[in-house]
Amino acid sequence: MSVETSTPEQSGGTDRTRSVPSLRGSRCTSCANVAFPAAVGCQRCGSRETTSLELARDGVVWAHTVQRFAPKSPPYVPPAEGFQPFAVGYVELRDGIRVEALLESVDHPNYDALTGATVTLVASEPVPRFATREWLAAHSAGAEGSRR
Amino acid sequence: MSTASQSPSPVAIIGAGLSKFGRQPDLTGRQMAVQAIRAALDDAGIAWSDVEVAFGGSDGSGLADTLVADLGLTGIPFTNVKNGCATGGSALVAAVNAIRSGTAEIALAVGFDKHPRGAFDPRPEDWGLPAGYGEAGLMVTTQFFAIKIARYMQEHGISERTLAAVAAKAFRNGAINPNAWRREALTDEAVAAAPMVNDPLTQFMFCSPGEGGAAIVVASAAAAQRLGARQVRLLSAVTRTRGFGSFEVFAPSIQGQGTPSSVSSDAARAAFESAGVTPADIDVAQLQDTEAGAEIMHLAECGFCEHGEQEEWIASAATEIGGRLPVNTDGGCIANGEPIGASGLRQVHEIVTQLRGEAGERQVPASPRLGFTHVYGAPGVSACTVLEAVR
Repeated sequence: MSVETSTPEQSGGTDRTRSVPSLRGSRCTSCANVAFPAAVGCQRCGSRETTSLELARDGVVWAHTVQRFAPKSPPYVPPAEGFQPFAVGYVELRDGIRVEALLESVDHPNYDALTGATVTLVASEPVPRFATREWLAAHSAGAEGSRR
Repeated sequence: MSTASQSPSPVAIIGAGLSKFGRQPDLTGRQMAVQAIRAALDDAGIAWSDVEVAFGGSDGSGLADTLVADLGLTGIPFTNVKNGCATGGSALVAAVNAIRSGTAEIALAVGFDKHPRGAFDPRPEDWGLPAGYGEAGLMVTTQFFAIKIARYMQEHGISERTLAAVAAKAFRNGAINPNAWRREALTDEAVAAAPMVNDPLTQFMFCSPGEGGAAIVVASAAAAQRLGARQVRLLSAVTRTRGFGSFEVFAPSIQGQGTPSSVSSDAARAAFESAGVTPADIDVAQLQDTEAGAEIMHLAECGFCEHGEQEEWIASAATEIGGRLPVNTDGGCIANGEPIGASGLRQVHEIVTQLRGEAGERQVPASPRLGFTHVYGAPGVSACTVLEAVR
């Protein structure tokens, strides 16, 4: 399960009020296999001992698709403005794991722009959400005039 | 080469039966199961009272052991199986083991389902996932298949044209299968031009949740001989769950690095080893085709070709009826729909029909001798069989 960290790392070091999203996984104390969400046992070696691990916030899109029809509700909760197609895929992190996530790109959802894209974590709830550099530049909060 | 003598003790399929597949508003899933069982019993030339033990189930259409109310209260042990897409396969393995152990001489496996229209809508809690995965719209099976084939196409040079060709073959085969749901042949172009559902897969590349029942009667070699049955020899039946590093439906992550492992590869390898044959020996196959990409990937995962060779295989019509390895001659899940409990035994029914030479217009030429079946499903299960004609 993803959680907000109590002492979030700050990439720029200047913003002390904004919490930075993070993903909490686990690492096996026997074989070092990484799991997400955090696991109580290791899928690789069966060990019962794991330690908490904050996963990398940057990664590369390993593979993805675009969800073009509205999922059944429940359980799906569409946004207030109604269903819009969205991209979903797996982001490969340097921790040695690929994490399922919603994917944001400009001209959303842009299937081709996400192929092999470098992406950054922008939310951890209700599920991990990563965005491309272009999306981040267009959505950087407080950077007045930088929005495209 | 093949050989029943390598098996613990020979097992014969002496009867196979199906209900109609596709929407049947006036029938319940249980009624389709009873139809399939009666068809299998008639095919074997036996009565329900001859069956000594039974196994079966559905994913969402009721308990198999309640079927005795319609079949007859003979008092036999009847075990319910609920194993996702491997439900039919697991029921068959249990029936085979009952024969091999000497517990019974005649055993039955049955699978059935009747799903509502539209995509499956599972609850995240049932899959050990936080509720957020459902709210965010990630509990959708089609996403997994699309993401898997998208990566595969990129790594192994499979084209969108090949995806369309595989789906069009399914509709063509369905058109000449009187029991299929989808009986209208579609061109490659029509498949490719259909609305995109999950890139790179269009609407007509997917199977739909559907309706149907399937039943198989197995017997010891002695019982098959005594009954004078038209038997097909079951060389192996294997089920497996996923190994480490696999990529599955509803996976919040893929653990490990490199190419994900494949439960289909594990199950197929075990089935071939147990049967004492190789993929190259197989004359006709049924491969899980949840969507067109799955059939393509399963060709390689089950050992029939190298990864990437499918592009040439499909272009040269290798998997068509009359090709070097006809695949899903009855139209597969794409043309028959996916009643989860029934699909695995539908596959076995089709191979039995082909090995007996009774498939009519869709019969594989030149008397196929060895057949193979493969199902794959969530959360990482696979069931495979190897069957041999007896002439």
